[in-house]
Amino acid sequence: MATDAMPHIEFDQVSFRYDKSTPFVIQDIRLQIYTGDFVALIGQNGSGKTTLAKHVNGILKPSLGQVLVNGRASQAYKRLEMARLIGYCYQNPDHQIFSQTVEAEVEYGPKAIGYTPEKVKEQSAAALELVELTHRRKVHPSMLGRGERQRLAVASILAMGVSTLVVDEPTTGLDFVGVTRIMDLLASWNSRFNTTIVIITHDISVVADYIPRVVLMAQGRVLLDGPTADVLQSFGELKEAAIRPPQVTRIAHALNLLDGTRSIVRVPELVEALLQRR
Amino acid sequence: MSQSVRVEKLSFHYNNDTRWILKNVSFEICEGDVVGIVGPSGVGKSTLCYCLKGIIPDVIPGNLVGNVWIDNINTRQVSAGKIAEHIGIVFQDPESQIVGLTVEEELAFGPENMEEDPAEILSRMPVLLDLVGLGTFRRQETYKLSGGQKQRLAIASALMMHPKILILDEPTSELDPVGREEVYQAVRNLKEKGVTIILVDHHIEEMLDVVDRLLVFEDGMLVEDSKPRDFFQRDLTGKYTWLRRPQVVQVGSMLHSAGVAKGFMNPLEEEFIEELREILASGNAPDSVAAGGER
Repeated sequence: MATDAMPHIEFDQVSFRYDKSTPFVIQDIRLQIYTGDFVALIGQNGSGKTTLAKHVNGILKPSLGQVLVNGRASQAYKRLEMARLIGYCYQNPDHQIFSQTVEAEVEYGPKAIGYTPEKVKEQSAAALELVELTHRRKVHPSMLGRGERQRLAVASILAMGVSTLVVDEPTTGLDFVGVTRIMDLLASWNSRFNTTIVIITHDISVVADYIPRVVLMAQGRVLLDGPTADVLQSFGELKEAAIRPPQVTRIAHALNLLDGTRSIVRVPELVEALLQRR
Repeated sequence: MSQSVRVEKLSFHYNNDTRWILKNVSFEICEGDVVGIVGPSGVGKSTLCYCLKGIIPDVIPGNLVGNVWIDNINTRQVSAGKIAEHIGIVFQDPESQIVGLTVEEELAFGPENMEEDPAEILSRMPVLLDLVGLGTFRRQETYKLSGGQKQRLAIASALMMHPKILILDEPTSELDPVGREEVYQAVRNLKEKGVTIILVDHHIEEMLDVVDRLLVFEDGMLVEDSKPRDFFQRDLTGKYTWLRRPQVVQVGSMLHSAGVAKGFMNPLEEEFIEELREILASGNAPDSVAAGGER
């Protein structure tokens, strides 16, 4: 995180409500996301995670305050301009997949935002390669398994050439192989291409194992924003947000191993602490 | 105890696909048992649920070999509608299975269609709503319910048909942690009432203290049928790579490899912590440590 540079995305006291007669869904959000950041948004359903995430690429516009993308207010962007910059991946892949073949699905986005046919082919092929679905490009999306459809949904966003991804619950309903595959993929984009990634997730061990920064939300506000280990060991705030810390963190807490000198949010960290304690 | 479910040499493939989804599967479930079903995505868990529910072969066509008995009724011989009186099902997506505008309407939908007596239908509601923790929600509009509340309503609706068996096919995968815990609490309540439950879930960590048995599927076959504790208290290296090990199991096996825990440790969190306390107390004398494997 390069803190001296301009934030890639900045929330400046953002509040949002759907209607003047209804309460604010998110309130007074201040948040800076820099190019190359890999951030988890965690919190209960209804805490405002998705509403906040939908402000990142201007699907929703703030009722108060502003969201700046590369220093410019999100409202000032034309839709196509934003679509080439930031992609949004919905939670249920079946809500965004509608084409007759895997290939057509991936090509739809780049075509729609006006890339040349050569560029469409090139970026779509590259995106399918990245999610390891090239061999499935001629089949109907309904023939894919849930994990494959999830990767297809991500590929069709990537094919638009975006440098920033917002992904809502990418691991829902996947077995461990599927979870590992999609998370390895996201983590490697983040490190290889400096892709900025914001993930909404309920999967606390995925957060601990993969994502370096956590924004914890409750009742429309940001309760905590910091390094994953710090947030996942903040029992008070987690309780307020009705989130359970990772199992190893709970165990470390029960055994009084959290003495402030080390963090325990992952399996090897607990093992190491136990071996040292003996 | 009497038998609720008997599956005998069951194989199945769908009409549009010659690949066998289920291959020679046999098992029995006794009344009141809670059985967890795990396996990689696409292994045929949902297909198995459709077979148990009688949707296969009555509604979804395909090639079914072998037999399924539900409450001693062969599913080949009666309609799926008839089997619904014996076995209920709740699916993954809370949005797609609720039709009533209010909780009460939703509960009445099934039995009304079976032309049951309205007074009798109404009289069943309070008990079932209490059982799933929705006692005060009877007049609530269903669109106002959270995901966890919707899933619990779906469970209560299934029970309105007074089945003795309930299938829960990934009932928590779309829910947040609070919603998941609410559904599991409902499952524990049902277990106490003696409902036979078949539970499909990827989150084995949450299943562990609820299920009596674990049926493990790979490649369409039933490859293991064991007690959940026994399942984890052994060397699983290289096995079932699709299964996310609970963190305690990962920690336990690392301590085992390091020679600190002699046996394989208990996968239930509370008991695991107790074993860790013993290990820590025993200090540098690993020989005095007797972990789970020896009990």
